[in-house]
Amino acid sequence: MTLTTYFDYVILPILTLSVILAFIRLYKGPQIFDRVIALDLIITIGIGIITVYSIRTSQEVFLDIAMILALIAFLGTIAFSFYLEKQRNDD
Amino acid sequence: MTDITLAILSTIGALAILFASIGILRMPDFYLRLSVTVKAATLGVGLLLICAAMTFPDVSVTTKAIAIGFFLILTAPVAAHMIGRAAYIQRVKTWKGTILNDLEKEGQLDCRKEDF
Repeated sequence: MTLTTYFDYVILPILTLSVILAFIRLYKGPQIFDRVIALDLIITIGIGIITVYSIRTSQEVFLDIAMILALIAFLGTIAFSFYLEKQRNDD
Repeated sequence: MTDITLAILSTIGALAILFASIGILRMPDFYLRLSVTVKAATLGVGLLLICAAMTFPDVSVTTKAIAIGFFLILTAPVAAHMIGRAAYIQRVKTWKGTILNDLEKEGQLDCRKEDF
């Protein structure tokens, strides 16, 4: 079993299963905070998938996109928490 | 030898990410979900980035992998702290098995009265 086959048949299915499990929480999530952290986890797993795919195809250019995605995930979570902190639930 | 090291590191990384996903699905509480997710996912992605740095014999790839890992380690706790603070201010319920809440005792962070 070569390393390419191992990445294809073991590592990438595990990461895909992780994305599916996090997406179930994104769909179910009782409150919006659960959805925000599920989205953050999905983007973080996406960085991992991009890294594995760049190892698999020997294209090192894909790592640039992973860097940008890390930055956007941080900004998104900060923006969500900034506005969710200020909202008032007038009940 | 390099292939075996790569296989071991990537397996541990992928399993850490899988455990983070199972944790976010199975934990009963928002705060427990947050606590499980951030640490395990950062560990897993960091191990996968070490694999990428070992695969390509190029200095630029190693620099990029270190930059991504440093950025993740720097920003993930800050984002988790911000979203946890927002959730506590918005009175997200804790799990019924939670026995320690220091902020409730001190009366801190009860800042919905002030307009800030």
